[in-house]
Amino acid sequence: MTRWMDEEAGPVVRPYALIGGRTRSSGDALDLVSMITATGTVPPGGFVPGPEQERILSLVATATSVADIASDLDLPLGVVRVLLGDLHDHKLISIGRASASERILKEVINGLRAL
Amino acid sequence: MDFEPSDEPVALKILIAGGFGVGKTTLVGSISEIRPLRTEEVLSDRGIGIDDVEGVEGKHTTTVAMDFGRITIREGLVVYLFGTPGQERFWFMWDELSYGALGAVVLADTRRLTDCFPSIDYFEQRGTPFIVAVNCFDGAERYEADEVRSALDLDEDVPVLLCDVRRRASAKTVLVTLVEHSLKVLTAGQH
Repeated sequence: MTRWMDEEAGPVVRPYALIGGRTRSSGDALDLVSMITATGTVPPGGFVPGPEQERILSLVATATSVADIASDLDLPLGVVRVLLGDLHDHKLISIGRASASERILKEVINGLRAL
Repeated sequence: MDFEPSDEPVALKILIAGGFGVGKTTLVGSISEIRPLRTEEVLSDRGIGIDDVEGVEGKHTTTVAMDFGRITIREGLVVYLFGTPGQERFWFMWDELSYGALGAVVLADTRRLTDCFPSIDYFEQRGTPFIVAVNCFDGAERYEADEVRSALDLDEDVPVLLCDVRRRASAKTVLVTLVEHSLKVLTAGQH
């Protein structure tokens, strides 16, 4: 994969250039801890994921949170949301947002105690 | 009550709030793996006069660097800790951060108790379960939890505890206390 980052010079492409200057997309509503998983679907005709979207798709082969994706890719959250919105529009990712149940909370309490 | 299939990954969000310098980052670092996050936020009206945008009127976003903590309970169950930005001009980020949050830890410093008033007001108004953890700084006068509760005019059901966020065991107790409180609030809402 072509690296667009140069450690010395910083990003060669400004973040918002990656998303055509857009700041709004269907990814806006994504919570920081929404879990993103690749659906494994073949991109439908006409849509070619960009390099950053390819990086996201390989990252979310296993479920990954929006915050972790932004951190791993070192991209601003707003940019990641737009990239994810596009992927979701093309059904390449699924978005999970399980709410906390009593069972989960008890598991968390036990897990924290065991740390 | 919500049920989820056991294989569906669950991520929970806990907020760490409190005044500037009260130990939010220390708490997160004591108990979790710290990860950097960049957000580019639209400048709010509140930034006008603070952020001098004259000559760069095209700039409508500002970069906010923040850290978050991650605790893996098991595969598919992760707890995220987000510190709320201290500066008033970043209040607009609070709504996003607190959306769907399991609860919040409000860190207090007895030398500057009023610093945590805005956080307490915010979570009370939003109905987000929260606890108050009094970070015991070296050299600061010790107060009992009840004295702090009465000084902050907290409801009886809001847990208040003393802690030392530099200590992992203490940070752990703080988080366990919060999740137990959130569980209590959750189950109370079901009956």
